[in-house]
Amino acid sequence: MTAALQHPGYEEQKLQRVTEQLPCRELQAGLLLSIMGEPEQYSYPSIFIYGHRASGKSHVIRVLLKELELPQATVSCVECVSVGLLFEHILLSFFGCDAAALLPRSPSLSDFIRIYRQHCSQTTARQTRYIVMEKAELLRDMDANLLPALLRLQELVEDNVTVILLSEIAWEKFRPNTGCFEPLLLHFPDYSKGELLQILSQDSHPSYSTEFYASYINILLGVFYSVCRDLRELRHLAALNFSKFCEPLEGEKVKENETHKLWKNIEPHLKKAMQTVYLREVSSLQWEQLQQTENESEALRGLSAHTHVELPYYSKFLLIAAYLASYNPARTDRRFFLKHHGKIRKTNFLKKNEKTSNHLLGPKPFPLDRLLAVFYSVVDSRVAPTASIFSQISSLVTLQLLTQVGHDDQLDAPKYKCAVSLDFICAISRTVNFDIVKYLYDFL
Amino acid sequence: MSKRKMKEASLLIGECVSQLQKILRERFCHQQLPDRPDGEDAQHKQLLELLRRTAVHGESNSVLIVGPRGAGKTTLLRCVLKELLEEKEVQKNLLQVHLNGLLQTDDRIALKEITRQLQLENVVADKVFGSFAENLAFLLDALKKGDRSSSRPVLFVLDEFDLFAHHKNQTLLYNLLDVSQSAQTPVAVVGLTCRLDVLELLEKRVKSRFSHRQIHLLSSITFTQYLDRVRTQLSLPDGFTDTKFSREWNASIKSLCDNKLAEEVFRRHFNSTKDFRSTNRLLMLCLSRVSVAKPVIRPADLLESSRLCFADSSANMLHGLSILELCLIIAMKHLNDVYEGEPFNLQMVHNEFKKFLHRKSNSMYNFEKPVIMKAFEHLQQLELIRPADSSSAKTQREYQLMRLVLDQSQIMEALQKYPQCPTDVKQWALSAFA
Repeated sequence: MTAALQHPGYEEQKLQRVTEQLPCRELQAGLLLSIMGEPEQYSYPSIFIYGHRASGKSHVIRVLLKELELPQATVSCVECVSVGLLFEHILLSFFGCDAAALLPRSPSLSDFIRIYRQHCSQTTARQTRYIVMEKAELLRDMDANLLPALLRLQELVEDNVTVILLSEIAWEKFRPNTGCFEPLLLHFPDYSKGELLQILSQDSHPSYSTEFYASYINILLGVFYSVCRDLRELRHLAALNFSKFCEPLEGEKVKENETHKLWKNIEPHLKKAMQTVYLREVSSLQWEQLQQTENESEALRGLSAHTHVELPYYSKFLLIAAYLASYNPARTDRRFFLKHHGKIRKTNFLKKNEKTSNHLLGPKPFPLDRLLAVFYSVVDSRVAPTASIFSQISSLVTLQLLTQVGHDDQLDAPKYKCAVSLDFICAISRTVNFDIVKYLYDFL
Repeated sequence: MSKRKMKEASLLIGECVSQLQKILRERFCHQQLPDRPDGEDAQHKQLLELLRRTAVHGESNSVLIVGPRGAGKTTLLRCVLKELLEEKEVQKNLLQVHLNGLLQTDDRIALKEITRQLQLENVVADKVFGSFAENLAFLLDALKKGDRSSSRPVLFVLDEFDLFAHHKNQTLLYNLLDVSQSAQTPVAVVGLTCRLDVLELLEKRVKSRFSHRQIHLLSSITFTQYLDRVRTQLSLPDGFTDTKFSREWNASIKSLCDNKLAEEVFRRHFNSTKDFRSTNRLLMLCLSRVSVAKPVIRPADLLESSRLCFADSSANMLHGLSILELCLIIAMKHLNDVYEGEPFNLQMVHNEFKKFLHRKSNSMYNFEKPVIMKAFEHLQQLELIRPADSSSAKTQREYQLMRLVLDQSQIMEALQKYPQCPTDVKQWALSAFA
């Protein structure tokens, strides 16, 4: 622990409590505190704080404002689907419910400022009021005037008020095109590996020593640090996998300090966790149950394994035909699908470079005629072009396995695109004994 | 000196510092008015004369104050108003209406606000106006009934004037300027805007009624003037309670402004912008470092604050990315180099990354594709990459075309600063062709 925060405007006891709750964020908290100044002094009209997810932005602000008992309104912009809700929340937390009741049904910014001024002239602030906006990037999508007005709120309401905006996105992407009152920019840097270790080691298990837990966190970071630096995600993973880590200790086979054996036990488990729990393929509950039943993790199928759908026979072939039409260039159709395609110039046919590979660029749109032509050539039997075939095509569109491109015409020569992955189509073609890879230009 | 005396002295210093913070904070944050604006004497005189003619002689006027953000438009107007209101006659006579383009987003709201500020609410409330038009007609009647000799002049201040020009039909502007052109109630319409092309926004009929009188606030100060201004901004006023502390502080400010290092910092700020608000931001950061233990601003503080002001935010964000995300960004950079800024999708990035892994034959970064996709999406959430076209709902996630919103040099610089960056990754980034 480094030196405690110091500021003449606040009691030392409170600052002590703040320091205890903010590990590895003393520098930022100190800077913020010095900008805020003493409660009765003016603070800068707007402060913009940015930093990565889970770098302690909201936490630092919340702890500071709560422990120092400053008047504050914390608003999450996700919740405020309309500006009315935002205004109501701010008025409610500053002046009580009779102020919020004064707002008309769909309030404009003008109403809000008027009511705010009216109330703050009645009860003048002896302390700086703070409005904290979390997820401030959503403010850009709201009313165009809202962000510029919030940034100069202090001037508009003539009250000692400071607006703090928290966001993951840099300020450059916020600036409106006619400019605005520029806020004070503060950056919360990411936690370093050591800091993550320190913070994560704090919530240790009561029945094990702290060193033991710290060594576990060290192993966890060794696996996950190169992929994920999100403190919350790492904490969640640490909590989920700890019981597995302790397993060898139960049978007295391994002692606490035999780190290597413990590492050997946990490492493959963590690697598996990265492919399952980290991606939310398997829910945390399932993961925990899995560990208790000592099941082999492979037994459980993740979410993406359930994407397999049962389709009618012709629908399968339609989908295969659509995939082939989407990923093969039209000039190769003769070669692939015609029985007697005549002479082919091999050099010309095989000439291709990697840049034009459709499996890199994505599916290309194709007309309905081509889909049907390919379909008839891949289906062995004779199929009549009945209404059911065409309705199956449109039902594939509603299942979002195909997408229609360009809505200019529904009936006359509509164009489609295939929207399934290679794995999916391989699984489908296996069920109908069709070797799709043989027909794909990219894999020739 | 006895211990008690020492304690008293430190207490005194604490009080002084807190006083100092209070005064200077009000200056920087609350934009407290200076006694008179410096460097804008001509504009000040012109505006004052104009408003006095309205207030005293009943002449109708319209004027636009144009200048970039933070050039002191509002300050100028407030100073003029303060000086004007010191005259007894004006104080008794002049009615003021302040409107802001940010708040009064349409004419109906603006009209309500005008009614409120002219305190005609009770008059209007009795009459129960249904429509906007009737309300406007009543207000205009009230304005038109007056004549130059008997009725009180009204001053309309329209902040963010360019936003009023976006209202439907520009009804409000038309009516206000129309009143100012005809011999009715004397009104002065003062618009404040940061757009130089504001007259192009006006409709023809509105434009013809405007007097085309513009006051430009384009700051033309030299660096010496700038430095002087910084000094006056930081100096304590004469009326400070503790004269000894005030003298010491002012001396320390003077020595700070003479310092070579500090001058360099100020020159950098002056070269990037002459806007006083950005200077205020810098000074505010400096001021927040002043404490009882250290009641002076040192050049080092200034340097540190300037570093905070000038920090590159994208570089800051790049610093916090994981290795995998950084690798993806390098792959994107290579794609940008090879295909000359064409948009790319996840498949291509993945392919590029795989090629790197293949050459290195190092299994350290052998991640599954979904893990890579998650990293890619995180980059998208941070808006370091953005979709090339908006019709994204139809295409699959891995084939959505993206563009990198970072510069080459930013990536390379971030790579240099990245903590414990693996050497092979660094080399991969440096190699011209992947």
